[in-house]
Amino acid sequence: MIAESMYQELILEHYKHPQGRGLREPYDAEVHHVNPTCGDEITLRVKLGDGGKVEDVSYDGQGCSISQAAASVLYDLATGSTARESLSVVDEFTRLMQGRGQVEPDEDVLGDAVAFAGVAKFPARVKCALLAWMAYKDAVVRSQ
Amino acid sequence: MSLPSLDVERIRKDFPVLSRELPGGRPLIYLDSGNSSQKPTQVIEAMRDHLAMHYSNVGRAHHALGAESTEAYEGARDKVAAFVGAPSRDEIVFTKNASEALNLVAYAFGNPMGGDPRFQMGPGDEIVVSEMEHHSNIVPWQFLAQRTGATLRWFGVTDEGRLDLSGLHELVNERTKIVSIAHQSNVLGTVNPVAGVLARAREVGALLMLDASQSVPHHPVDVAALGADFVAFTGHKMVGPSGIGVLWGRGELLSAMPPFLGGGEMIEAVWMDRSTFAPIPHKFEAGTPPIVEAVGLAAAVDYLSAIGMDAVEAHERELTAHALGALGEIPGLRLIGPGDLADRGGTVAFTLEGIHPHDVGQILDDVFGIAVRVGHHCARPLHLRFGIPATTRASFYLYNTTDEIDALVKGLHHVQKVFG
Repeated sequence: MIAESMYQELILEHYKHPQGRGLREPYDAEVHHVNPTCGDEITLRVKLGDGGKVEDVSYDGQGCSISQAAASVLYDLATGSTARESLSVVDEFTRLMQGRGQVEPDEDVLGDAVAFAGVAKFPARVKCALLAWMAYKDAVVRSQ
Repeated sequence: MSLPSLDVERIRKDFPVLSRELPGGRPLIYLDSGNSSQKPTQVIEAMRDHLAMHYSNVGRAHHALGAESTEAYEGARDKVAAFVGAPSRDEIVFTKNASEALNLVAYAFGNPMGGDPRFQMGPGDEIVVSEMEHHSNIVPWQFLAQRTGATLRWFGVTDEGRLDLSGLHELVNERTKIVSIAHQSNVLGTVNPVAGVLARAREVGALLMLDASQSVPHHPVDVAALGADFVAFTGHKMVGPSGIGVLWGRGELLSAMPPFLGGGEMIEAVWMDRSTFAPIPHKFEAGTPPIVEAVGLAAAVDYLSAIGMDAVEAHERELTAHALGALGEIPGLRLIGPGDLADRGGTVAFTLEGIHPHDVGQILDDVFGIAVRVGHHCARPLHLRFGIPATTRASFYLYNTTDEIDALVKGLHHVQKVFG
């Protein structure tokens, strides 16, 4: 039952009760990313403030539990942090997801996102977990 | 008169994979035969024996092994021809898969190498497909339209998952050169009414092609009785190997068509500036063909014939009836395709409210060992038509049992518990 380790309680919680979902004003940049193999999609907006502070991340989209929960966790981690800090979390998350289950996650950096460690063992699902995070990275770059 | 029946427990013993365990001690419940079927020992052994004892190239090797290999390869053509009721063995062209068979026919149109008016195509001409097609029966025709300036048109699909024939007379008209539709949908399970479409195609002088990838493995199919002009299907969905597909075409049409791929074996004579071509079917079989795969396909045809396609069809009908009944009782399950057994095969696609198919498939596999397909099944336009990104699809074959369908139903209840 490998999937049991993938569908962590925290992931299911975020899936059932997504944080920060819905598109909001104002925003500096809006991006739309899709995963062509499964049709998952996300529209994501970023609002940056003084000193690169992330004032808001708002998003809407559709997809599987992994992609939806990943967006919700991203919202929690990114808002209130700075663009620079959050991008380093994105890098660590990407490293974990692309590590084929062989990478030891840095919990201090990842926080709740460490719950996705099990997803890395499922190559077909890695893109689901990364969808919102790649969209966020793209939006931050465009905001700066 | 008794209904044809098959001994499913005996059949299951022929398929070694069905008795294996998945990691964690899960039994395998294989409900993905519409994607690709499993292989019986008879097919595996026939291929092993050919590779071990009879292998050489075909057609051009003038020695004992060459003769044996050629006899096996051409013998496979005879068996496939008999299996689908082809009037002549020369009308069976071996391809790589059904996609190649469809592409082969599409390339015959608007091709300056061909002179037959039935295959001339340009602006103003029309090609007709349907919204329920697999991408392999859409994309080659999009290419053809782009190459020639012809217009691609399509049948819609009704809410029930049937071909919408309400606009048949306008859609298939004097400008139509070819109609190409699925014999059976790989998502909906719908078996399309060939006769009505064929009658209209004949009225307007259009050709008719059937993508029979999902019908030949599951029903008795007689191409002469069907009356179409071209029929494509593939080995790996009918207990045979991957790497071999079949195009059946009317001999007279195949002879009138230009070649597809150029190379060895498809020629008659070659000069530096021009070539003449072999008669059909070899005109369409450039290069060393899938020899061992043809041997495997012949064994698959023997295997299915010994059981009887009537019996295979009856068994799947029983499974489908059981599945439609049991799945219908799951709250929040939306069937995508006909809810009754009329003109329908053993492919059942559905959505579960609020749960993405990828999550459904993952839990079914990892907890219960149930293999289904999730996604758009290479039929994205059909999913767009129903306003959904993806479905979960269970597809049945001769080795499946009603117990396996009950396991699927139990698995789906568990999925709803996890994500509810």
